Amino acid sequence: MISYIIRRLLIAIPTIFILIVASWALMKVAPGGPFASERPIPPVILANLEARYGLDQPEWKQLWDYFYNIVVHFDFGPSFKFKDRDVNDIIAQGFPISLTYGFLSFLAASIVGIGLGVTAAIRHNSWVDYSAVSAGIAAQALPNFIMGPILILIFTLYLGWLPGGGWNGGQWQYLIMPVIALSTSFMGSISRIMRSSMLEVLNSNFIRTARAKGLPERTIIWRHAMKPAMLPVVSYLGPVFVAVLTGSVFVDMYFSTGGLGQAYVNSALQRDYSVLLGVTILYGTLTVTVNLITDLAYAWFDPKIRF
Amino acid sequence: MALLEAKNLSVSFDTSDGIVKAVKNIDFAIAPGECLGIVGESGSGKSQTFLAAMGLLPKNGHASGSVTLNGTEILNLPINKLNSIRGSSMAMIFQDPLTALTPHLKVGEQMQESLGIHQGLSGRKARKHCLDWLDKVRMPEAERRLEQYPHELSGGMRQRVMIAMAMLNNPKLLIADEPTTALDVTVQAEILDLIADLQKNEGTAVALITHDMGVVARMCDRIEVMRYGAYVESGSADDIFYAPKHEYTQRLLSAMPRLDTVQEDRVKIDAEKLLTVNDVKVHFPIAMSKGLFPKKVPLKAVDGVSFDIMAGETLGVVGESGCGKSTLARAVLQLIPPSSGAVSWLGHDLASMPKSELKQYRKDLQIVFQDPLASLDPRMTIADSIAEPLKTFRPDMTVRERKRKVEEMMERVGLEQSMINRYPHELSGGQNQRVGVARAMINKPRLIICDEAVSALDVSIQAQIVALLKELQDEFGMSMIFISHDLSVVRDVSDRIMVLYLGRVVELAHADAIYKDARHPYTKSLISAVPIPDPKIEKSRSRLKIPGELPSPLNPRAALRFLPSKLRAGEMTYIPKLQETTPGHWVAEHDPLDVILAGDPLADQALVS
Repeated sequence: MISYIIRRLLIAIPTIFILIVASWALMKVAPGGPFASERPIPPVILANLEARYGLDQPEWKQLWDYFYNIVVHFDFGPSFKFKDRDVNDIIAQGFPISLTYGFLSFLAASIVGIGLGVTAAIRHNSWVDYSAVSAGIAAQALPNFIMGPILILIFTLYLGWLPGGGWNGGQWQYLIMPVIALSTSFMGSISRIMRSSMLEVLNSNFIRTARAKGLPERTIIWRHAMKPAMLPVVSYLGPVFVAVLTGSVFVDMYFSTGGLGQAYVNSALQRDYSVLLGVTILYGTLTVTVNLITDLAYAWFDPKIRF
Repeated sequence: MALLEAKNLSVSFDTSDGIVKAVKNIDFAIAPGECLGIVGESGSGKSQTFLAAMGLLPKNGHASGSVTLNGTEILNLPINKLNSIRGSSMAMIFQDPLTALTPHLKVGEQMQESLGIHQGLSGRKARKHCLDWLDKVRMPEAERRLEQYPHELSGGMRQRVMIAMAMLNNPKLLIADEPTTALDVTVQAEILDLIADLQKNEGTAVALITHDMGVVARMCDRIEVMRYGAYVESGSADDIFYAPKHEYTQRLLSAMPRLDTVQEDRVKIDAEKLLTVNDVKVHFPIAMSKGLFPKKVPLKAVDGVSFDIMAGETLGVVGESGCGKSTLARAVLQLIPPSSGAVSWLGHDLASMPKSELKQYRKDLQIVFQDPLASLDPRMTIADSIAEPLKTFRPDMTVRERKRKVEEMMERVGLEQSMINRYPHELSGGQNQRVGVARAMINKPRLIICDEAVSALDVSIQAQIVALLKELQDEFGMSMIFISHDLSVVRDVSDRIMVLYLGRVVELAHADAIYKDARHPYTKSLISAVPIPDPKIEKSRSRLKIPGELPSPLNPRAALRFLPSKLRAGEMTYIPKLQETTPGHWVAEHDPLDVILAGDPLADQALVS
């Protein structure tokens, strides 16, 4: 197991390396640059600016410096757009916010989704099943960027119960709507995956054996069916976890939460190379880690998997 | 009084095609301590009868009529009342021990929960009880098994666990639904012996559901023959086997290939040598040790097999699961590249040939696979599948010629013209296998390999396909390699038979010689394990038991299971030599039988782990 983890981490290094080079190259290939604007900048100033950020260096040198600073100083460099702010600052400010509402959304989506899915499977072909399935499809079909304004409309404008935006240190009133908006569609998918996999497990031979032994239905579900039925959900949860953290642009926009999502999109639009790269590396590392955790979790759910 | 009595029992299913009646108004009774056999082919409703009694029908299934256990009505009981009966007064074991146990719970945990529910036993007492029963089902190293997961056990051991678990609460009735169908013959024989002992020693009544007439002949006092959801004939074992009244029973019995029939020589074999296989090995590297860079150990699936095939000859290949028979077939056809050795076809070495050249020879080398449905492309009509080899090898043919040829071939293998545009999932298993045969035969190959080609089929369908293969062979004169775990079928079709054990040939001889004059102890034990559909012969036959189940090919000691003297001498890499005892009869070197049976205590331990 330990050697498996080490091997996986060793593979992660070239993966992230390739990720950096690829996104860096893509950015360079795309037309425009951080200092391109409608009003032409005098060539002298442009040259000065480029020298200030090292853009006058040959490409390989830029990439090398970038790597060197990350590996040796853990420094992702200065922002090209915001004076006096560097990437480390921007991430340190936005990421905790994204992480908070992202993690809560992840919890909500998995707990409610799994619960709904299991209930629907147990009451297969009853009204409980049908309404759970319909709710799941509806939740999945409603895009998050529609959920956002609808929630604000109802809870802020009509009912006046919740503040329409802001972060305020992550007080619960400010968290409710972002979490609901972000989690519903994942909740829908999770419940559907859970339902179908639970149905399949409940029809399997070992459940028939458990029934033939005279075990009560509760024991059958929790002790015999739950773990194997979770396997497909677990493999879906990994990407969901990363997605709730990365896919939070619209939450940041609608609810002015100030998370990393908005900074990420803005950096791409404004060619803020260093911010864009920094956040990409963060997400890349996160994805690699979560995938590793997912694979390790598999071994707990299925004793056949040993590393 | 009857222990279990069913009156007017019907089972129906709601399906999208309307209500399907699977069991139609049947009556039967099982007396305490007796063994009732229920025989029938797939879809006859034999399992549904007992699933209904156990309350295990799927949600769309409905049962009506009456089933009483010791005089108490048990059909359609509410679930909590049912749960106090099933697992305690009556228990059931199933066909596929691979999937019948919960994969993520240890054997001990699964067994103990049954005790907890019905007897309130837990902890050390429950554990002791489980151990007792594992010993009673002759589980090797019972104590260690309690802490193991099902996937760590072999198929036979899993079925032992199932039986031990079913017997924990001393049920009056054990329902065994095809308990040995997924197992190798030697393991099947041991499980059947075990069930027979339980019946005798514990006084448990047994309901044995099976498609195999040989199994019923060995086990049952009375037999019900079932077809299309109804019993067509019932009676004592002797009545059914020696004086079958119903036409269906007679057909079932005659469709069963028998090991003890004399085989006439059918085809004249030319002296022309078609295929020579010389010392072929197929090794797969398997990661064994842990660590950052795990060491790879070769799994010797096929380890030095040599044989020839003459034109028009059929070579049967038998062996238990894991003996490398399918790998050998694939290596011969170069579907898996052999690790070493030569396969020469009419003097050309296939193994060293470039791919483009090999392709031309494929016209003459065809294969029919085990799973008829899975081996056909689901998105192609059967006519397209049959025609595909023509497109490759006869590109000069026009569309119309090709269509004529396909129609001819379909007629030849007994497929109706109206099926020409059907897809594989719309056909039955037997029909799909006919498609597989037609596809393989359409270019009139000179060699066909049948890799367990009839194993997944019902007896009567199996008999039809075997008959078809024989007819085609008479007509086209092709050679066959017929691979099967079923010795009776192999015997039925083969001129010569090769017995494989862990990737090596242990005996190769004329078909009759193998059965009448088996020399190698492994061959003898295989033959003695095959049930013969004749109660008198079957019940008086003694079996040759070689200790242990078929061991893992990764175990170096296992290869010398029949040469314990070499093991003792420490010659672990010794390779038993094939010796020609009489002309054409090759036997691998082995120790005398009593030495093998006495066994090497060390080897025995290594074998079961």
